[in-house]
Amino acid sequence: MALLTVSGSPHVHSEQTTQKIMWSVVIAMLPAFLVAIYYFGISALLVTLVSVASCMFFEWLIGKYILKTENTVLDGSAVITGMLLAFNLPSNVPLWMVIIGALVAMGVGKMTFGGLGKNPFNPALVGRVFMFLSFPTAVALSEWPMPHPLFGGCVTDAVTGPTTLNLIAHGGQLPALSDLFLGATGGSFGEVSALAIIIGGIYMLYKKVITWHIPVAFLGTAFIFAGLLWLIDPSQFVNPLYHLFAGGMMLGAVFMATDMVTSPVTHKGQLIFGAGCGLLTIIFRCFGPMPEGVSFAILIMNAVTPLINKFVKTDKFGYQKTK
Amino acid sequence: MATFKKGGVHPEENKLAKDSKIEIMPLTKKAVVFVSQHLGAPATCVVQKGDKVKVGTLLSKAEAFICANVHSPYSGTVTKVDVATDFNGFKKPAVYIDVESDEWEDDIDTTDTLIREIKLSSKEIIDRMKDRGIVGLGGAAFPTNVKYMIPEGKKAEFLVINGVECEPYLTSDNRIMIENTEEIFIGIEIMKKALNMNNALIGIEKNKPEAIKIMAEMSKNYPGTKVVPLEMKYPQGAEKQLINALTGREVPSGKLPIEVGCVVDNVGTALAIYQAIQKNRPLIDNVLTFTGKSVTNQKNLLVRVGTPLQEIIDYCGGLPEDTGKLISGGPMMGKAIMDTSAPTVKTTSSILVMNEKEAKRGKQTNCIRCGKCVSACPMGLEPLLLATLCDQKRWEDAEKECVMDCIECGCCLFTCPANRPLLDLIRVGKNQVGALRRARAQK
Amino acid sequence: MGTIIIYAIAAMAIAGLILSLVLYIVAQKFKVVEDPRIDQVAEVLPGANCGGCGFAGCRGLAESIVKAGDMENKSCPVGGAAVMAKVGEIMGLAAAESEPMIAVVRCNGGKCNTKQKVVYDGVMDCASANQNFSSEGGCAFGCLGLGTCASVCKFDALHVSEETGLPVVDEDKCVACGACVKACPRKVIELRKKGKSSRRVFVSCINKEKGAAAKKNCDVACIGCGKCEKECPFGAITIENNLSYIDFNKCKMCRKCVAVCPTGAIHAVNFPPAKPKPEVAEPKTDAPKVSVPKPEPKAVETEPKTAEVKAEANTSENQTTKSE
Repeated sequence: MALLTVSGSPHVHSEQTTQKIMWSVVIAMLPAFLVAIYYFGISALLVTLVSVASCMFFEWLIGKYILKTENTVLDGSAVITGMLLAFNLPSNVPLWMVIIGALVAMGVGKMTFGGLGKNPFNPALVGRVFMFLSFPTAVALSEWPMPHPLFGGCVTDAVTGPTTLNLIAHGGQLPALSDLFLGATGGSFGEVSALAIIIGGIYMLYKKVITWHIPVAFLGTAFIFAGLLWLIDPSQFVNPLYHLFAGGMMLGAVFMATDMVTSPVTHKGQLIFGAGCGLLTIIFRCFGPMPEGVSFAILIMNAVTPLINKFVKTDKFGYQKTK
Repeated sequence: MATFKKGGVHPEENKLAKDSKIEIMPLTKKAVVFVSQHLGAPATCVVQKGDKVKVGTLLSKAEAFICANVHSPYSGTVTKVDVATDFNGFKKPAVYIDVESDEWEDDIDTTDTLIREIKLSSKEIIDRMKDRGIVGLGGAAFPTNVKYMIPEGKKAEFLVINGVECEPYLTSDNRIMIENTEEIFIGIEIMKKALNMNNALIGIEKNKPEAIKIMAEMSKNYPGTKVVPLEMKYPQGAEKQLINALTGREVPSGKLPIEVGCVVDNVGTALAIYQAIQKNRPLIDNVLTFTGKSVTNQKNLLVRVGTPLQEIIDYCGGLPEDTGKLISGGPMMGKAIMDTSAPTVKTTSSILVMNEKEAKRGKQTNCIRCGKCVSACPMGLEPLLLATLCDQKRWEDAEKECVMDCIECGCCLFTCPANRPLLDLIRVGKNQVGALRRARAQK
Repeated sequence: MGTIIIYAIAAMAIAGLILSLVLYIVAQKFKVVEDPRIDQVAEVLPGANCGGCGFAGCRGLAESIVKAGDMENKSCPVGGAAVMAKVGEIMGLAAAESEPMIAVVRCNGGKCNTKQKVVYDGVMDCASANQNFSSEGGCAFGCLGLGTCASVCKFDALHVSEETGLPVVDEDKCVACGACVKACPRKVIELRKKGKSSRRVFVSCINKEKGAAAKKNCDVACIGCGKCEKECPFGAITIENNLSYIDFNKCKMCRKCVAVCPTGAIHAVNFPPAKPKPEVAEPKTDAPKVSVPKPEPKAVETEPKTAEVKAEANTSENQTTKSE
């Protein structure tokens, strides 16, 4: 018999591990991924594969030769970053840009701070915003590839058109809400189908990977605030449901704002965080110069997260008046 | 169904020995009885080498306020009074006894007859508790009589009886509730009389349907005692959480349960009190569970205090080949056993066998700030923050973040997906902050 | 255009004037007269802020020296006598003679001289491990070997040896700040006089158990037999609680105790090697592993005679340890 082990209590552990959590998120993103392939064809698949592969490669490279830490590629977080980064791009983006975006996401957004768990900002958003500002013609398009169901077109001759948010910002005939909900609309290929994203979100809730606090606070605040604006002046502001289903709102609320590393730890803090994201998004969308604001809203709230963690505390047991 | 409000986790229950009847463990030949077996000031040894002792002879005497007597669980000769190794490998003063027979002191009633009538007065009951060395069998071993001395200006409104047994694997409380039901109820009557009140709540988690049924049936004969089935959630058996679950009250930070009008005791303690008051029997044995996934012979054993753990293991058929860790107590709060030659004490509630795979902790990775520990903490603390502060030796900051409120239930470490040693670090912090506070108090 | 510039300059000038006035008044009102010597003293101190002197950083010591006006019981363990002489010059006081000290690890159990009984699987912190069990070798007094002392050393002078599992003090780097002494939950490390040419004699054990019990867990434990106490011509050795202790103020480094110790618990370090005696077999001297720091390769820690005694005591146990 081997020697007995001694350690402090507890001596049992839940089944949950970081790796399992990360891979659950990857699984939760699959419905949105499938919808993207359905509407945008092989190019969506290609962009995602390149993005995931380069994120994993850069994490391995930096971890091995610069940080000299253990190999963490298989914990799944690089896969998530790669998929999220890809989901935020149009399907006709040049692949070399994707690789540069992945380098910035992993290098600047994550590994600079010491790897998983230490980054203050969501790495995928860092990559996305970098690309958005550096390659405005390719990434921040006003003309986005339009959906083309069932592998209808290839990259070059894909039909392009304005996204719903562009239409909201600059006026035009808005698509039907049901199209937005199912994904038959132009935009970054991962964010088009609200339904697929919600399915992924429900899966994550079921797996206890996320709690309801951030998505509900995010979407709720956005809906209420946009609704108020709409009630005040329906001619200038659109139906709040368009805000919920168009653009990156769903993807942001379900997959990006809920990133554990960059969101607050307490439920109260998460509510504040979500509400802040929702409010800022609508402000950026309705009053800002650009049609989309989800990425910036989440990044700003990421920056505020340490403050929320410091000042928003849990209710401790035994500190409230009993009588 | 009621439960406590904040945090909590659901470990796999693994009550493998719940249907094994209590067996009486044969007496050991060479017993080692620790002089102090409670929380508080050490007791003084009153026997010497060569003394003849009987079962029930006083071995060590409580001289301080928070202190408990220890009686001999055996009859025989004291061979030496020396230090002995406890299961953590530390040395403590102990009495070595060569067991010769099973002769009891004359004033102890060793028959099985139930005595329902309570003759003693409240004060006499409390004195008898102290005399018979009764300590809380829930795990902390706090001298029971101290709990019943209600401070001036406070009133006990609820007597909370803990039949929760929320720790996985443990089944000893479950068994005594099934097998010693009426004794426990008489014990509770005695406790109520000591407190001059008539309102007892017995909390039992719903994974013990047999115990709930028998106890609820019995409670019909004892007005003023109610059995409350509780939702399963760890750590419901913790004093503050149990009060919260049964009465909805919150014990203020740093205060005792009496602050909210509660006195909490374990069902095992109720049984010990029955035996002490009605039979004059000191606390010399308790039921322990021998269990584990790889154990073929799941047992609940009535064991005399001072039996070497190795003898119990041998009696149960030895350890499986793949044993990687032994735990005294439950898997959430129990301590790892280092030395199986160590004897049992009053509060040894189990020997839990874990195989090699279960014995090792998982690989540690970076904290991903998922907040699962915060959601799981029943005290509403932020374990990830406390652990970081303690790791950086920022004791004052940890104190401000209420590190001393931690009840060491282990929910944080249990739930951490990155396997951070949260509780290990927090425990060091509690120790340091405690030392800081004592130093401050002395100034 | 011209008037705007004039107005701007005027406004700036007036604002500047008012603010400087305010600053001047505040500075006068809340003036703190500080002894200039504090700065001077702080200047000559090493500035490592190690806290070894017992004050919060070097400036804390400087303030305390200047305010009290004396240097009694105040010394800088890092800078030593040289720095304190300079401080004395500034203060116009004679520096108190303080002998250089060094951290000494008083346990030689470790991986080589104790038999591993359990495996520790927890956080690598001695204070935490100390709450859970005695030690992997079973001794409840000795070094846990998890390196908390090494982690608190600001001078990189302590490292846990992989071979023995015990901390080793780097004599050149140790400044006797005492951080490791405070950090060790078992008080294994002691500050002792560094001694002439770093020569020291000390008992490398703090086990207070009775001889047999101590020996059961560790081959090189002090068993409190008292031979050293009787042997010592200077009365430097006392036995208390089954443990021998050498008072470094009385010890004259004769090393008689080293020779009589039956378990090899008394160590003499940095003495020049004695002439090898033919009867001491070569491989035997290698058997006992001693954790004592060896900064110079030629320095041998004990006389061969002790080594022989130790070798006899250890050979059998060491082999079993190695075979595992």
